[in-house]
Amino acid sequence: MKVGVCVKRVPETGARITLTSDDQAIDTSLLGFTISPHEECAVEEALRIAERHGGSTTVLTLGPAAASEQLKNAMAMGIASAVLLETDGGDWSAEATAAALAEAMRAQPEPFDLLLFGNEAADSGDYQVGVRVAHTLGLPCVTGIKGIEIDDGRLTARREAGGGWEIFELPLPAVVTVKEGINLPRYASIQGRLRAKKTPIERIQPQPRASALETIRLVVPPEHETHVEVLGAGADAAQRVVAVFRELGLVGL
Amino acid sequence: MILCLVDNDPVSLEALTFARRFGEVEALVFGDIDVGGYVARARRVVHARLDEYAPTAWAQAVLELEPEIVVAPGTDRGHEVLAHVAARIGAPLAANVIDASVDSEALQLTRQRWGGSLLEEARLTGTPKLLTVAPHAIDAEPSGITTTVEDFTPTLGDEHFRVRVMRREEPAAGTARLDSARVVVGGGRGVGSKEGFAVLEELAKLLGGAVGGSRVVTNLGWRPHSDQVGQTGARIAPDLYIACGVSGAIQHIVGCKGAKRILVINKDQNAPIVARADWAVIGDLHEIVPAIVAELRKNGA
Ligand SMILES: Cc1cc2nc3c(=O)[nH]c(=O)nc-3n(C[C@H](O)[C@H](O)[C@H](O)COP(=O)(O)OP(=O)(O)OC[C@H]3O[C@@H](n4cnc5c(N)ncnc54)[C@H](O)[C@@H]3O)c2cc1C
Ligand SMILES: Nc1ncnc2c1ncn2[C@@H]1O[C@H](COP(=O)(O)O)[C@@H](O)[C@H]1O
Repeated sequence: MKVGVCVKRVPETGARITLTSDDQAIDTSLLGFTISPHEECAVEEALRIAERHGGSTTVLTLGPAAASEQLKNAMAMGIASAVLLETDGGDWSAEATAAALAEAMRAQPEPFDLLLFGNEAADSGDYQVGVRVAHTLGLPCVTGIKGIEIDDGRLTARREAGGGWEIFELPLPAVVTVKEGINLPRYASIQGRLRAKKTPIERIQPQPRASALETIRLVVPPEHETHVEVLGAGADAAQRVVAVFRELGLVGL
Repeated sequence: MILCLVDNDPVSLEALTFARRFGEVEALVFGDIDVGGYVARARRVVHARLDEYAPTAWAQAVLELEPEIVVAPGTDRGHEVLAHVAARIGAPLAANVIDASVDSEALQLTRQRWGGSLLEEARLTGTPKLLTVAPHAIDAEPSGITTTVEDFTPTLGDEHFRVRVMRREEPAAGTARLDSARVVVGGGRGVGSKEGFAVLEELAKLLGGAVGGSRVVTNLGWRPHSDQVGQTGARIAPDLYIACGVSGAIQHIVGCKGAKRILVINKDQNAPIVARADWAVIGDLHEIVPAIVAELRKNGA
């Protein structure tokens, strides 16, 4: 079983997002970088599947040279090899990203049996790169998955729906995009970090392409500062809290 | 044609309402939701093999109608189906749009990034134009128009059913749903332990609500991930959100933006969530929540 997982380097935003003066990007001068929680879970799931069924794992990212940090982190968790599709750091559209990733996957000496993605990237929130890669490679695909089982070349995937679950079955090879909650990701071990440091990263120069969806500028949404009524400090506020419940019609008069 | 994909959920009616700004909208209805009063023309999808959700089959139904603009709800299914449509024809897809206007050949739009903690103004050209509408961006409102409903049977082959729902597990009877609860009692790191949630459960029960939590409490295994509110969890829209021991990180706040009112219980008056609240009780939730429960019981709730 050869499992691939795609992650994206994104800034670790704090309580407030600050933009660069031209409103074209987040001001990252004071920020660290990470990947989406969904993708951390995709990395963990790739490792569990390879551990259970045998096989190899590869992590891929399209981003600036610095994104090798995210690849190293995934390798420190246990991913065996890494591919960096190196850009100059500008934003790539979902179409261009997917096309480049699919091309890199095709160029691998052995095809992937399973490709894992996050349901959506933390920054762009485009909800589509995985599906586009699946179409380009002609693979079946399902999104928003919180449970994977593999048996006899078939994959069973669970998606939360209406408080219950929808269960899909797909033949392998396949593309699955996952959500946080599918597992609890492990921490990297010291040995993992040492091994990651030594493992070389495969580098590819992808071809950019234009998109018909063009960003004009980013905007920090206005904050809805409310007028706060402090009902009290401590347990003696309970009566006033219940009065609020009554006012809202949540409890009888 | 301006087409709006309609699924069996309230966000679809918001999407229909949103789509009307582009002109006369036709609804493509999967399931049995009533769109009366929203659009002049609705096509109800009828197909022997579409008894269950199949993303590529739904995408094919959209493509067969050759629409110029396609609007879908910003739900799991809405995003998934439109991503398939987009991938099939190599068109861009703008996800989680909250505002849009037509400007000659282009759409000027505003969409959510970072789960809504940042917005992007963008320009979408080409045909067809594909977009999903962020949940709770606008209220669903019928226009009062008379709706004619006709059946529509798309031409589908085996290739469109490679992936479909094979079976379903229904929720356990009596489980309160987070995304439609009238009251949500949310707990964060301040709750302190798995056991600490018992009193939050009790409060939720007395108010007929559901329990939610921050990412910290799901990551620590105090609550299942299905209880998580926020960017990578559920979007809630209750009449009242009671946030106990939650600091109000931006990724949490975007999940409870739909809440009409917020009551905060936090020992730190300067926690960011206090600035978003309507009411606050400053102090230790381990004293305050049991006192509220006792007070409710005293009042015969
Ligand atoms: C891409 C991304 C996505 C994310 N998605 C989500 C998401 O979906 N949902 C989410 O919640 N987070 C999400 N996060 C994490 C988020 O940034 C915060 O880390 C998290 O919300 C903090 O949880 P918390 O408020 O429980 O904990 P803390 O920030 O530690 O706050 C604890 C609060 O409890 C108060 N407190 C402590 N003890 C008591 C007491 N005894 N009584 C009363 N008050 C007390 C403290 O004053 C403090 O305000 C995401 C992060 C990233 C980077
Ligand atoms: N630049 C990128 N490099 C690698 N994977 C990516 C990149 N952008 C998106 N992805 C993957 O595609 C998923 C969905 O992204 P998106 O469609 O942009 O929301 C992400 O969670 C990643 O798994």
